[in-house]
Amino acid sequence: MKKTLLIIGLVAVGLFMVYNNRSTADLILYSGRSKALVDPIIERFEQETGLRVEVRYGGTTQLAVALMEEGVRTPADVFWAQDAGALGALSQSGMFRTLPDDIIQMVPYRYASAQNLWVATSGRARVMAYSTTRVNPENLPSSIFDLTNDRWAGRIAWAPTNGSFQAFVSAMLQEYGPQTTREWLEGVKNNGAKNYANNNAILQGIASGETDLGITNHYYLLRSRVGDPRFPVENAFFRDGDIGNMINIAGVGITTASQRTEAAETFIRFLLHEETQRWFTEETFEYATAGLSGTEIRTAYELSPEIDLGSLDNLQETLNLLREAGLL
Amino acid sequence: MIPALLVATGVLIPLLYLAIRAAEADWAVSADLIFRYRNLILLKNTVMLTAGVLITTTLIAAPLAWLTVRTDIAGKKVLTLLSVLPLAIPGYILAYALLGFGGANGTASLLLGIEIPRLSGFWGSLVAISLYTYPYMYLNLRSGLLGLDPSVEEAARSLGMSSAGVYRRIVLPQLRPAFLAGVLIIGLYVLGDFGAVSLMRFETFSYALFLQYSASYDRIYAAWLALMLLSITATILFAEYRLLRGKLFHRAGTGTARNIRISKLRWKVYPAYAGVALLMFCAIVIPVGTILYWMGRSLDSSIWNGLTNVLAMSVSASAPAAILTAMLAVPLAYISVRFPSPVSRGLERIAYFGYATPPLALALAFVFFSLNSFPILYQTMTLLVLAYSLHFLAEAIGPVRSALYQASPRIEEAARSLGHPPFQAFLNSTFPLLKNGIIAGAALVFLSCMKELPITFLLSPVGFETLALNVWSFSNEAMFAEAAPFALTILIFSSIFMGILFSREWSRT
Repeated sequence: MKKTLLIIGLVAVGLFMVYNNRSTADLILYSGRSKALVDPIIERFEQETGLRVEVRYGGTTQLAVALMEEGVRTPADVFWAQDAGALGALSQSGMFRTLPDDIIQMVPYRYASAQNLWVATSGRARVMAYSTTRVNPENLPSSIFDLTNDRWAGRIAWAPTNGSFQAFVSAMLQEYGPQTTREWLEGVKNNGAKNYANNNAILQGIASGETDLGITNHYYLLRSRVGDPRFPVENAFFRDGDIGNMINIAGVGITTASQRTEAAETFIRFLLHEETQRWFTEETFEYATAGLSGTEIRTAYELSPEIDLGSLDNLQETLNLLREAGLL
Repeated sequence: MIPALLVATGVLIPLLYLAIRAAEADWAVSADLIFRYRNLILLKNTVMLTAGVLITTTLIAAPLAWLTVRTDIAGKKVLTLLSVLPLAIPGYILAYALLGFGGANGTASLLLGIEIPRLSGFWGSLVAISLYTYPYMYLNLRSGLLGLDPSVEEAARSLGMSSAGVYRRIVLPQLRPAFLAGVLIIGLYVLGDFGAVSLMRFETFSYALFLQYSASYDRIYAAWLALMLLSITATILFAEYRLLRGKLFHRAGTGTARNIRISKLRWKVYPAYAGVALLMFCAIVIPVGTILYWMGRSLDSSIWNGLTNVLAMSVSASAPAAILTAMLAVPLAYISVRFPSPVSRGLERIAYFGYATPPLALALAFVFFSLNSFPILYQTMTLLVLAYSLHFLAEAIGPVRSALYQASPRIEEAARSLGHPPFQAFLNSTFPLLKNGIIAGAALVFLSCMKELPITFLLSPVGFETLALNVWSFSNEAMFAEAAPFALTILIFSSIFMGILFSREWSRT
């Protein structure tokens, strides 16, 4: 009996040693972006630079909260967030160090933090998706505030639980205040807007004839078209600078605790490099933030309103508004 | 006693952490947060959902346990396996599948041509959670029924008691520990779960907590919500303690149990089959069908790449966690059953706190704790396994405790009187009798670890990935076709695992 216990003990200790093999990476990345969107880039980066990257995947908010908990002891060098709000929250709690000027200057000023703490790697625009069979593009609303108009009664789709939609409502709240935002939410709701679970469902709904117009992110249509080039839906922007054309971003920052800032900066430059940026536009159908090549991207950028993305870090008021309007 | 104290300390870490964070609050703001009207609604919703799930799972599990243990229904083994299969289905998959099943654009109308109303809110949460938690109740009641000594019932009958009387006065009271173990596990699960409630959008404490973290990156008021949640847990634990006090269930004499009396179903077998079929349709066919449907939409063979590697990683964390948890459960259950005192009972109850602590809060607590006291452990497999064990300990305690209640202490006393030292006496006499309970406990923990998300996200070593993590990551991007193989692997692997467990049990009888 004692022998067995001894053997079990030894095996346990042995396993413990093998088990807790420490990481030997040159760079540790916390990624709130999904593996599917990040893995191919990491592979290319490792090949080109010979640096080894290890990634911790998770939800953007979960990782952001974990980073705050880790504080100066975080093993992470770089955090890649799926939305600007998380970057803003981490900047406020002093988790990010200042990025070198050359990195900040690679993107338009709107796509970097005002304190040079983070930089956007790709963008996504809010658009209206409409049915090409039931809507004449000439009659499309020119502002998102026109969605309360009778003409669109019972023809609008939205996804109130979706993160991108909520970020947009936060932006509206920031620009126009609670009164206008509440009126808009209630107006669209009373106009018979249909609630969908997510952006994909909105597009399916438009295609299948359930609804005519939906407010969504621009790339869902492009992703749907990959499987079905004749998908009967088209994207359109509201008028120049309308809040409905808001662009949200995914972005990165380097942690204050990082000892490997050089590798981290190399990584960020790689993300903003022309080829990687092209990969974002071609593979994930997002917008490039550095270089801004391509007319489509330029148009989206010029049409979008100027918003301080980093200050969208508190959704509490947005959620309260949505709840009061009976949308959550 | 020492292992029990260690476990208790481990489980108390999250509580300590939450208290520290909560104390950082600005008192004016936190008073506002604690005493606002909305918390009453949250409380009402939480209590309603918990009660609803407990009633529903009992209504599903009790007949099912009786059918598969005490009747002559054909195909008992298959039925037993099918009954526990929902344990292998991650809760968020089931919730996704149920959400997508109804409605104008749902899978029901697309595939079957029938339009049923969309499930969401209270009813959606109730159905989803009940469907994947009823196996806990079923397993407890089943092992309770199997462990009953029919000679007691026979004695009652021979003294002139009616069949109904036997059930009411003999069978049901003896099933009480098993039933309460099920109630405890499911009740506490409902309190801490936010997967289903957030998808179904039903506002309970755990959902509000999740929103607090995710909508405002706030850890302080989230800690307050978590502490409120844990005070509900404490209430439930206290109630359960009162209900089980001073009960003895083991056989007084020696000897083996008699064979179980089997009821003949005759024509009633048809409604029984129909009921089981309906249950299986909702709990298994809908989620599995949804996964297969996702896969069918994109037949790309490259999605299978790297799957075995990820499977190996999943198992490398879940299996040690399952074994460790079962080993920790034995001393805790042992002292509370054999040396019942407020202290030993209290120690065992503490384990349940770990289970009811919302996983995200628990994971953050371990981040905080390990960085501040054992930085060398941070983001190691050891810490991940420890966190799993402390979180899922309650799942293993139930079966072990039930087995202990039915194992007479006389045998162990005899072994000691024959000169064996206490620990060896325990190993040679009681431990073999606990084997089934221990294996069942380890199995439950293993299945839970395979599906776990928030703890894995925050505590695993960098670069570590599990099947569940991949399912979540892909389905989050609406890349369901890519998520499907991982979900399917969890399902297949977990079912094979359960099949092996049950075949062990059957080969011995």
